[in-house]
Amino acid sequence: MIEWLKKFLGTPPSSSTAKERLRLVLMTDHLALAPEIIENMKRDLVDVISRYVEVDREKLEIEFEREDRALALMASIPIISVNRPSGGDGEKPAVKERVEDAQTAAVPGSAAPSVNATPGEPPKRRRRKKTSSKPATAH
Amino acid sequence: MSGRRIVITSGKGGVGKTTTTANLGAALAKRGARVILVDADIGLRNLDLVLGLEKRIVFDVVEVAEGRCQLRQALIKDKRFESLSILPAAQTRDKDAINEEQFAAIVAQAAEQADFVLIDCPAGIEAGFRNAIAGAKEAIVVTTPEVSAIRDADRVVGKLNEKQLPIRLIVNRLRPAMVKAGDMLSVDDVCEILAVELLGIVPDDEEIIDTTNRGEPIVLDETAKLRVIYDKIARRMEGELVPFTNFDAQGLFGRLFGALKAG
Ligand SMILES: Nc1ncnc2c1ncn2[C@@H]1O[C@H](COP(=O)(O)OP(=O)(O)O)[C@@H](O)[C@H]1O
Ligand SMILES: [Mg+2]
Repeated sequence: MIEWLKKFLGTPPSSSTAKERLRLVLMTDHLALAPEIIENMKRDLVDVISRYVEVDREKLEIEFEREDRALALMASIPIISVNRPSGGDGEKPAVKERVEDAQTAAVPGSAAPSVNATPGEPPKRRRRKKTSSKPATAH
Repeated sequence: MSGRRIVITSGKGGVGKTTTTANLGAALAKRGARVILVDADIGLRNLDLVLGLEKRIVFDVVEVAEGRCQLRQALIKDKRFESLSILPAAQTRDKDAINEEQFAAIVAQAAEQADFVLIDCPAGIEAGFRNAIAGAKEAIVVTTPEVSAIRDADRVVGKLNEKQLPIRLIVNRLRPAMVKAGDMLSVDDVCEILAVELLGIVPDDEEIIDTTNRGEPIVLDETAKLRVIYDKIARRMEGELVPFTNFDAQGLFGRLFGALKAG
């Protein structure tokens, strides 16, 4: 009868809420307990991105944000220079073009990267406006 | 050959470690195994009480560690069984009265004369926990199907993985009617979240409180429903493949009754 009433009212059963919450909190716990994972991920991320643009390794920042139903990875990687498109053969572009302003690649983020005033300056973080929960930063 | 050394742990307190240690120990002993139960909860001695042996304590584990007595002098034999004894915790000492090496040595010595040494771990993941796992070669993690207990269990699983102890899980205090109504995490959910192999499912039952009140192991109560549950877990520990009780498959009456109870 209770089941029927719940179905009727359309409230999700508390057990699925519990499972979802646990899934998220355990992911956050595991990341917080394994700083080496984050260090390795930073290194690999920069390695991959460096195949396309020159980035500032030192100024890379990574954090995790709790969203409603997911944990989001926010990476902020200052770009020092961008490879000039070499026409089709995208794997190993030869020409590099120095950009005046360091740019920020934000993952995930919207299309246009924000532009900083001076090259190599810490990128301005583009935050989501609505962050209900405290960002889960892993140290 | 030395016996198996298994720590029973959970992270969170009050989820049923001591109850599980006592009743599994009794179930194994009833099946003929030689069993020694070690109470590692220094300062909060309970295992003796749950088994009704509190009046017979002379020495405790700390006194064995300090060399004030022999292990065999401190072991209390449970006269209801052929082969069950307990090594009590110290009640009036601090957790740091004994260290990991001492604990491991005592557990190893106990394993010389038993098929199973079950170690009842204190709550938490600090010194008491480290002592309790120091001498163990396997672990049983006990949890209830609740968010806080599962989160703590996950933390403990991480610690046990670091020590490379094989882990199996007991889901305690399950309320099948609540699971069915969607108000409690199911055993499958818990196993999936913790990613640990299942050893047993113990329903929430007043029988436990009743038998604990009297200091009687469940397996000695011929009328207790849970007797079968603990016996099955004991058989799984011995390596037998025993199918899990399907708590969903109750009859119509059971379902109705369960739904009423859950409400
Ligand atoms: N399956 C169960 N059904 C009902 N009550 C239980 C069950 N398991 C444990 N309990 C009760 O829960 C309480 C805590 O159990 P205990 O074994 O002392 O936990 P822990 O050793 O983990 O602190 C006790 O009162 C015990 O009787
Ligand atoms: Mg206890």
